[in-house]
Amino acid sequence: MSLRNAPMQTPVPHPDKTSLFRPDIRAEIDHWIAKYPPEWQQSACMAALMIVQEDNGGHLTTELMDKVADYLDMPPIAVYEVGSFYAMYEHKPVGRHKICLCTNISCMLNGSDHIYQHLQQRLGIRFGEVTEDGQFSLKEVECLGACCGAPMMQIGKTYYEHLTPQRVDQILDRLEAADGK
Amino acid sequence: MATPESITLQVDGQTLTARPGQMLIEVTDQAGLNVPRFCYHKHLSVAANCRMCLVEVKGAPKPLPACATPCTDGMEVATQSALAREAQQGTMEFLLINHPLDCPICDQGGECELQDVAMGYGGDVSRYTERKRVVQDENIGSLIATDMTRCIHCTRCIRFGSEIAGLRELGATGRGEHMRIGTYIAQSVASELSGNVIDLCPVGALTSRPYRYTARSWELHQAETIAPHDGVGSSLYLHLRRNQILRVVPKENPDCHQTWISDRDRFAYTGINHPDRLTQPMIRENGTLRTASWSEALQQAADLIRATRAERLGLLASPNATLEEYYLGQQLMTGLGSRNIDHRLRQVDFRDDAVNPPYPWLGCRIAELEQNDITFLIGSWLRKDQPLLNHRVHQSVRAGGQVIAVNPVAYDHNYPLALNCVVSPAQMACELAGIAQALKADTEGLAVTVTHAHQQAAEQLRAAQHGSIILGTAAQMHPDYALLRRLAAHIAQAAGLNWGTVGFGCNDLGAWIAGAVPHHTTEATTGQHAAQMQQGGCDTLILLGLEPEADVADPQQTAQALTQARVIALSAYRSPLLEQTADVILPIGVATETSGSFISLQGDRQSFAGAAPPPGEARPGWKVLRVLGNALELAGFDYPDSTHIRDAALQHHTTPLPDNCLGPDRAALQPQATVHNWQRIGGVPIYATDAIVRRAAPLQATPDAWDDTARLNPRMLAEHNLSAGAAVRLTQGEHSITLAVCSDARVPDGCVWYPTGLPGSTQLGASFAHISLEPA
Repeated sequence: MSLRNAPMQTPVPHPDKTSLFRPDIRAEIDHWIAKYPPEWQQSACMAALMIVQEDNGGHLTTELMDKVADYLDMPPIAVYEVGSFYAMYEHKPVGRHKICLCTNISCMLNGSDHIYQHLQQRLGIRFGEVTEDGQFSLKEVECLGACCGAPMMQIGKTYYEHLTPQRVDQILDRLEAADGK
Repeated sequence: MATPESITLQVDGQTLTARPGQMLIEVTDQAGLNVPRFCYHKHLSVAANCRMCLVEVKGAPKPLPACATPCTDGMEVATQSALAREAQQGTMEFLLINHPLDCPICDQGGECELQDVAMGYGGDVSRYTERKRVVQDENIGSLIATDMTRCIHCTRCIRFGSEIAGLRELGATGRGEHMRIGTYIAQSVASELSGNVIDLCPVGALTSRPYRYTARSWELHQAETIAPHDGVGSSLYLHLRRNQILRVVPKENPDCHQTWISDRDRFAYTGINHPDRLTQPMIRENGTLRTASWSEALQQAADLIRATRAERLGLLASPNATLEEYYLGQQLMTGLGSRNIDHRLRQVDFRDDAVNPPYPWLGCRIAELEQNDITFLIGSWLRKDQPLLNHRVHQSVRAGGQVIAVNPVAYDHNYPLALNCVVSPAQMACELAGIAQALKADTEGLAVTVTHAHQQAAEQLRAAQHGSIILGTAAQMHPDYALLRRLAAHIAQAAGLNWGTVGFGCNDLGAWIAGAVPHHTTEATTGQHAAQMQQGGCDTLILLGLEPEADVADPQQTAQALTQARVIALSAYRSPLLEQTADVILPIGVATETSGSFISLQGDRQSFAGAAPPPGEARPGWKVLRVLGNALELAGFDYPDSTHIRDAALQHHTTPLPDNCLGPDRAALQPQATVHNWQRIGGVPIYATDAIVRRAAPLQATPDAWDDTARLNPRMLAEHNLSAGAAVRLTQGEHSITLAVCSDARVPDGCVWYPTGLPGSTQLGASFAHISLEPA
């Protein structure tokens, strides 16, 4: 048998792909599909999952992954594999602001434990939990490649580096103020 | 000598030859050199993720995986050098880190690849003292038991799903320490080949659920047999303990089923020792059945037969009987002066018998299906009816071939169809005629308009270098079978393809050879065919190995015929209709309990010995027929064993090669299938094909077991104001049954999909006929 596999597609494509997502979501996914050869449209799986996750308020559900599978003519399990492999896909509801705190070696040596303790005190939640008002959730992540700014965290698409408890408070105050609290 | 086609390399000092690009492990396997492996399998793609097959290659800085290293000319390989051994032992240690050492309670213990390899490459003491990972199990159905903590992530089961089953159901979700093999959403696996992952799994993560905790491999003894459920003729090993079959595994046969078998062949054994098994002869006395001695029962049977005029005596044989049973049945009937013998129990259209092919078969070797550019399925759910023929067709699609179909239901296939023409049964002949017309072939006088789809199909068929037309089970049960077959032959001829049929059971070819058909004998006379006998053409009927309410074309008519006739039943299982109507019941063994031969769809004769004795006083069918012949004082029933019967049967036959040619002088055929208000679509579900399968509880608990609903498409449901789940009454003839409807978009308009072989359908009539449907 050969080394390389042709992509596995479902025997029968979904009959009505327009029913799966809103037009704007479809346009975004199609933009990614267009980047790959036609028979490798499932390469757009990661991007499609990001798009529908964002649209769903930050987390994926089995139904959404099934829809992505239908849209890309993939067996659902192949989408579950991608969705469960990467850390940026969430499978449970997250807060409006997902705080990803790095606890890898550089950040740990520079006091990420203190930052975690401070976040726990301020928000009253631990890693993997969401505040009662749904505003913040806390997630432990592996190295995000910002060791020179350790300790660091990511909220949304922004990196916050050289963290101290005071700086964390400033950042969270700003976010709360922006949310109107 | 190195030639462009072959290169030479040195492995452990031996000079081996290989094709350029061939993987190293294939070459060492051929040479009998042992390289340990877990993820590599010769029929699956190369993953190279277990790293167990690391070997030293001269010039390479690090050990290389033999499964993913192509051979090159002059390569020098050491599989047992210090570097290779160290690499293999290192891999082994890593693999054992998270593997629970629960071999004493593991079903795989004693036949485990991990255990075997750990003996050779593992350390004797573990250096690992940390906690091991534990994985929660999923329930993936009634056939496969999971213990995913034991999984070593070889991914064979995943690759099997996408490459062989054509249905990716298992996957590796999560990452690193959290990676696990499963369905993610805990659902039953639905593939009809799913049981093969039990053989593929090198550890005890996926094991057979029915076999679980019943025996240890070293307590079992192994017997060879041939699968008795479809015409593929898969070779099997039966594993028995104290004469009881505890499991079934495949025996490799590259020309036939490679290393795969269908779940039906693997798990049907669970139906063998069902409480319905007949263990004692019975005779009817004053209207009730009572147990009797063999001599009493045989005497009664002989008396009944003697009291019947030869032309009113008939024999209906199951399509799963052995060649020997067919031949003795034929000899019995010939000796008594009757030609009323048939095995085509589910066929209704016999108009073409006079010009029938003398020895119909698949039309090509099974392995040749894989080379097809095109496969044309007519009335065939190949995937469920003959799963391993479908496997070959699936492989042809993976290699770029195409499949087109004319079917009464949009059956789900595990490959895309280039053209899927789904029409009501009555329109199937017209569709074929349209394609024939587009190919400028004979249309059998059918007036047709050639559509774009017909043109397209014709072009694809004509363009193909190698191709097959397969008439499936639904076509064979169709009221216009003769017509469909002629049209298929014309299309095949015009497009230069081969064509064939799939039969009804595992030994249709054997039945043809042995003469278990009412025509094609040395005598010119023709007897009654199966439908005539089912319509009451006989005063005494001998039933050979069938369940009369489930194995026939028209259960309703058959019940009537059996009520009116005297019935002598050679049967392995009791059934309500037999108990109502049989005058003599002679208990016989199932295929694993008798010696005999099957002839597969590709024409291979395969003989086997009985693996276990039949239960109680039941005896192999051929012995019962032999004694019956003696009791009737017929000549030529003195065979010392079944091999003599086989030799006589093969000698008796005049056309040794399978042949699908239709004879000359064909009378014109008018379509018989007519359009009614409602048309029934029958067919036989995968787990309703024969008495054993119908009693195999694990198979009946799979998603493929029919859920006893009548299926209509959503449009029809709306039109008749029915909601899914509503009760309806289906009526054929004088009988009706009440059951729920369900919505199924695969069914064409005006049709009700309700197969035969189900408990409910024993009350109904023919498979593809008029049916009436009303709300109940």
